[in-house]
Amino acid sequence: MPDDNKKTPLLDELEKGPWPSFVKEIKSAAESEPMAADLLGQLELSYQEKISHWKHGGIVGVMGYGGGVIGRYSDVPEKFPNVAHFHTMRVNMPSGWFYTSEVLRKICDIWERHGSGLFNFHGSTGDIILLGTRTDQLEPTFQELTHLGFDLGGSGSVMRSPSACVGQARCEWACYDTMDLCNEITHTYQDELHRPPFPYKFKFKFSGCPNDCVASIARADLSIIGTWKDDIQQDNAAIAEYAAAGVDIQKDVCDHCPTKCMEWDGKKLKIQNRECVRCMHCINVLPKALRPGKEKGAVVLIGAKAPILQGALLSSVLIPFVPADELLETLKELVSRIWDFWGEYGNNRERVGELIQRVGMATFLDAIGLDPVPEMISAPRDNPYIFFKKEDAEAAGDGNGAAAQR
Amino acid sequence: MATQAERLTDIGPPDFRQFLHPLIKKNYGQWRYHEILAPGVLCHVAESGDRLYTVRAGWPRLVGLASVRLMADLAEKYSSGYLRFTSRNNVEFLLADPQNIEPLKQELAAAGFPVGGTQNSISNIVHTQGWVHCHSSATDASGIVKAVMDRLCDQFTEQKLPGKLRIALACCLNMCGAVHCSDIAILGIHRRAPRVQHDTLRKLCEIPNVISSCPTGAIRSATVDGQPSVEVIEEQCMFCANCYTVCPSMPLNDPENDGLSIWVGGKVSNARSAPRFSKLAIPFIPNNPPRWPEVVEAVANIVDVYARNARKFERVGDWIERIGWPRFFELTGIPFTRYHIDDFRYAGQTYARSTHIRY
Ligand code: HEM
Ligand code: HEM
Ligand code: SF4
Ligand code: SF4
Ligand code: SF4
Ligand code: SF4
Repeated sequence: MPDDNKKTPLLDELEKGPWPSFVKEIKSAAESEPMAADLLGQLELSYQEKISHWKHGGIVGVMGYGGGVIGRYSDVPEKFPNVAHFHTMRVNMPSGWFYTSEVLRKICDIWERHGSGLFNFHGSTGDIILLGTRTDQLEPTFQELTHLGFDLGGSGSVMRSPSACVGQARCEWACYDTMDLCNEITHTYQDELHRPPFPYKFKFKFSGCPNDCVASIARADLSIIGTWKDDIQQDNAAIAEYAAAGVDIQKDVCDHCPTKCMEWDGKKLKIQNRECVRCMHCINVLPKALRPGKEKGAVVLIGAKAPILQGALLSSVLIPFVPADELLETLKELVSRIWDFWGEYGNNRERVGELIQRVGMATFLDAIGLDPVPEMISAPRDNPYIFFKKEDAEAAGDGNGAAAQR
Repeated sequence: MATQAERLTDIGPPDFRQFLHPLIKKNYGQWRYHEILAPGVLCHVAESGDRLYTVRAGWPRLVGLASVRLMADLAEKYSSGYLRFTSRNNVEFLLADPQNIEPLKQELAAAGFPVGGTQNSISNIVHTQGWVHCHSSATDASGIVKAVMDRLCDQFTEQKLPGKLRIALACCLNMCGAVHCSDIAILGIHRRAPRVQHDTLRKLCEIPNVISSCPTGAIRSATVDGQPSVEVIEEQCMFCANCYTVCPSMPLNDPENDGLSIWVGGKVSNARSAPRFSKLAIPFIPNNPPRWPEVVEAVANIVDVYARNARKFERVGDWIERIGWPRFFELTGIPFTRYHIDDFRYAGQTYARSTHIRY
């Protein structure tokens, strides 16, 4: 093509190779959509100059919502006028990322009419990302989406679109209905999702078992991870079949058990279920023979986040076990207390995990009215600088030491 | 506004139940076990005896209408119109009829979408926006991912590794994605302190906010040309870009000094060992578009050394824990530098506090 803007020698290199190419995707969209063509041109410029050509965000959105749209403006609009504005819309995905071809086509049709024709399936929080359109197209796109039954997801200091693993829809290990709970929570807190009420973002993620396929322990402020309380369900005949088929039960199963609570005498597998930490290893290796127990529920953990601001955190145990049928009510009760405390004491841009680091878990537990239990810690403190409460010390001084031990 | 009456808001996401395959609806919560029939092909067996087949394919996270419509076509042809996506940007077709597996695989292959990503493979890379859409990026995301996956594509379509291996990429420290708990994380980093743009700062930003945004207290108020502004104490800056997030007049992007770092040994799952963070392996690799050969080499080398040395079931982090970090650096040939030693908050927790040393 004669126009220099249309030549992309660097990006063309990324059309080669066996893995599917995003450059081909942009080029294919660019055949009918000038926004995609200018995106390609601007990206080529970034590849030449090794720098982003997007300006720091801007506040754009749809009427009445404080989030769901990431505003983006080109810093070279004279060269690439079709991406002068190039805002993305986050569309809240259905639980478990299930679709029919019919609904996918309708989403495509809407985005063909109003945007770049480019997507992320999906963004890192789980939303469908409609990648790039002009300000005047936001509201019409939104209206068409809602009439199709879809709504925007969260951005900014809101509850972000909660996500769930495939759970009981297709996984025998799911210890509660992740997709239903995710859907319920999302619908319960629509106001918190669309209109920023918090010091910063808040994420829920629902995994059906300790394999944690949605990475909730690494990424969610509230991680709900399925587990069971009673004994692993064991099918001895199926174990014998695995052994007969050549699986080395001792080496591949028992030796990898982190608590060494399994014994194999060549015929029978014995599990000391009181010692089992529900790590899933034996079940992952012998899916036909071993299954989570029948008394199912979930562990609720709090506080994971990426490094910004004060360093990365993994979630830590808040409630060691909630029975599956009590999860929804327990979570609603719990988050209202957590959000109250965080809303009152959280600093601007302080995730709840950082607030807990700052005030201390014990203070946080007092504030939300939970009793401390040893499942919350990996070990008791090893430093002797204890902030005794005045009441407890005075009570002890009165010869009434019991108060201090509460 | 005429359309106000029909304007819908706060409807939330659509109920997933309307998108479920009839076999899934029937056997919801009643799955008995599953088998992996081939890389990328799963069979779930229900208590009722019903069998549901899943074919998993990788595609780029950034896709256009044509490919989405192609997936819809394939779903209609082979999986009664039902499909889903995984947490790592894979597409899954849900099939009732095992006869459809092979023709579907062939059509996917013909269209250039590899089938795999199950069990002990390298699944699709989760990644962020990069130069495609973000102002904050120290690097591109899609391009590096494409180059790395081109190199590792066989590891996606086969299941030959000792354990699962999960790779993630984020283009700046904001880390939109679970990179900090990946077997191998590729992370864009800045290395130059923000250059304060005094003329726009006055108009766009509130000085107290800018000062308090800095986790290390590196920003203080200053008077520049007789006007209030801020200055950065460069020795105290760790290039985190927090100040840039709150104020556009504090840009850090710098073509010569931005680049990538590589982190290893993190995991998310609770299987066997506890979840843990990835640790620094390579502090800096310069940006080298369009195919970042140094990054591709570095990742492929770590995968290769891991594949040859780890025991069955060991994730990268489990393997390193067993052999120790000195051996990891020796086996991979990665130089150990002063940057590998933590000097931020709680740094002491990563110092060796025992005489347990492997010689
Ligand atoms: C302080 C920390 C963070 C800041 C300042 C930040 C900022 C941003 C910005 C500016 C974008 C826009 C990119 C674009 O132009 O499209 C973005 C995208 C996004 N961020 Fe973050 N981010 C942070 C952390 C995170 C984390 C920890 C997650 C997930 C766990 C996350 C999830 C997302 C998602 C899903 C997107 C949409 C694009 C994508 O999927 O990559 N962000 N973020
Ligand atoms: C062989 C046994 C396993 C099966 C059949 C299985 C099942 C699944 C399913 C159904 C998904 C898709 C979930 C979703 O997108 O919502 C998934 C994804 C995932 N699982 Fe598992 N799980 C297994 C074991 C594990 C283990 C042991 C780990 C970690 C060590 C793990 C980590 C993951 C990760 C990281 C993903 C995202 C991968 C992707 O989407 O390609 N899984 N797994
Ligand atoms: S987290 Fe557990 S229950 Fe959910 S899909 Fe993964 S393996 Fe299945
Ligand atoms: S689930 Fe883990 S801890 Fe429990 S018996 Fe199996 S391998 Fe051992
Ligand atoms: S990781 Fe950083 S550069 Fe990449 S999309 Fe997120 S905020 Fe932007
Ligand atoms: S980049 Fe981070 S450390 Fe450096 S001045 Fe900005 S906020 Fe402070």
